[in-house]
Amino acid sequence: MHEMAITQSVIQAVCDRMGDQPVQRICLEIGTLSGVVADSVRFCFDLVTAGTPLEGASLEIIQPTGKARCRDCGAEFELNDLLVLCKCGSANRELLAGEELKIREVEVLV
Amino acid sequence: MCATCGCSGSAILEDHDHDHDHGHDHEHGHGHGHPETRTVTLEQAVLARNDGLAELNRKWLAERGILAVNLMSSPGAGKTTLLVRTIRELGAELRVSVVEGDQETVLDADRIRATGAPAVQINTGSGCHLDAQMLAGGLQTLDPPDSSVVLIENVGNLVCPALFDLGEQARVVITSVTEGAEKPRKYPQMFRAADLVLLNKTDLLPYVDFDVDAFLDGTRRANPGVEVLQLSATTGDGIDGWYGWLRARLP
Ligand SMILES: Nc1nc2c(ncn2[C@@H]2O[C@H](COP(=O)(O)OP(=O)(O)OP(=O)(O)O)[C@@H](O)[C@H]2O)c(=O)[nH]1
Ligand SMILES: [Mg+2]
Ligand SMILES: [Zn+2]
Repeated sequence: MHEMAITQSVIQAVCDRMGDQPVQRICLEIGTLSGVVADSVRFCFDLVTAGTPLEGASLEIIQPTGKARCRDCGAEFELNDLLVLCKCGSANRELLAGEELKIREVEVLV
Repeated sequence: MCATCGCSGSAILEDHDHDHDHGHDHEHGHGHGHPETRTVTLEQAVLARNDGLAELNRKWLAERGILAVNLMSSPGAGKTTLLVRTIRELGAELRVSVVEGDQETVLDADRIRATGAPAVQINTGSGCHLDAQMLAGGLQTLDPPDSSVVLIENVGNLVCPALFDLGEQARVVITSVTEGAEKPRKYPQMFRAADLVLLNKTDLLPYVDFDVDAFLDGTRRANPGVEVLQLSATTGDGIDGWYGWLRARLP
């Protein structure tokens, strides 16, 4: 869905930081609970990077899985989606991981 | 449909194929040269620029004591109907202006202006959500008075707007009973982002198969503790809850 806009934001963010240095490789972190579909980012990456310093760069995506801590019983558990409840039945949890949407690193030509 | 979503089909698919071939050719080239490279750790939020602009909006609004509320829903859930009624009924008490986000047309802004309230229409074209920069432009044009209320009707879409902070103080997600009770389960990110959930068109409950309890359970799973109000924007049933919520947030 909105992965086109997300991918455009990636390019903008990289250019803001790195200027027009050609990028060979980029590594993103897209958590499984972030609401962004990694495959869709891969799908539009070549299209959106065309004509930018990221054109032709290889794209690596790390997908941290969801982890939460229950605010009622303190248990820590994994979750594949935002609908999972704690074993104690509580929905009141703090997300520890899975919502990441960031650029971890880029590899540029020296 | 929507090019930002990537769901508009042919043009994008064709371009994509082309670019993909290109990238592939390029990859073969890598094997030989092994150019010198340097890895730079960025650890930066993808939406950092939008988030930065959203913070500026938030500050701008706070300095003027303006309450900005971002209304999000699927197309047709009743955002404009609710806004029109709210302005008609609270207009004497609150100074309300409206930012209308739609892919095309100025129809919704015209509906708002018919109430006498100022409105600015932002057409996102192929874009499927408002972002912080668009809101900044909208606020410049509207120039809302100090201590007033700005209601923002986001583009009808339950996916993309959830990710883009506008700098608003509160996010309201509206679902109508004609959409099916499983919306929170299908779009948990959107419900998780909500400060208030409105269940609209309750006047139609006798005619549709809508399981209110299942809706409330799905909402609680996605966003435990979020306030849910049931109302009908056309009959006005339950609307006082919404007005009370709004009043409680006034600066
Ligand atoms: N029965 C009933 N109909 C409603 C209610 N609220 C809105 N509608 C109708 O639902 C339709 C869509 O309402 P809008 O207010 O245009 O919805 P919207 O969310 O602004 O739509 P978009 O801007 O296109 O996303 C209209 O025909 C409204 O009259 C309600 O509470 N009950
Ligand atoms: Mg509308
Ligand atoms: Zn628990």
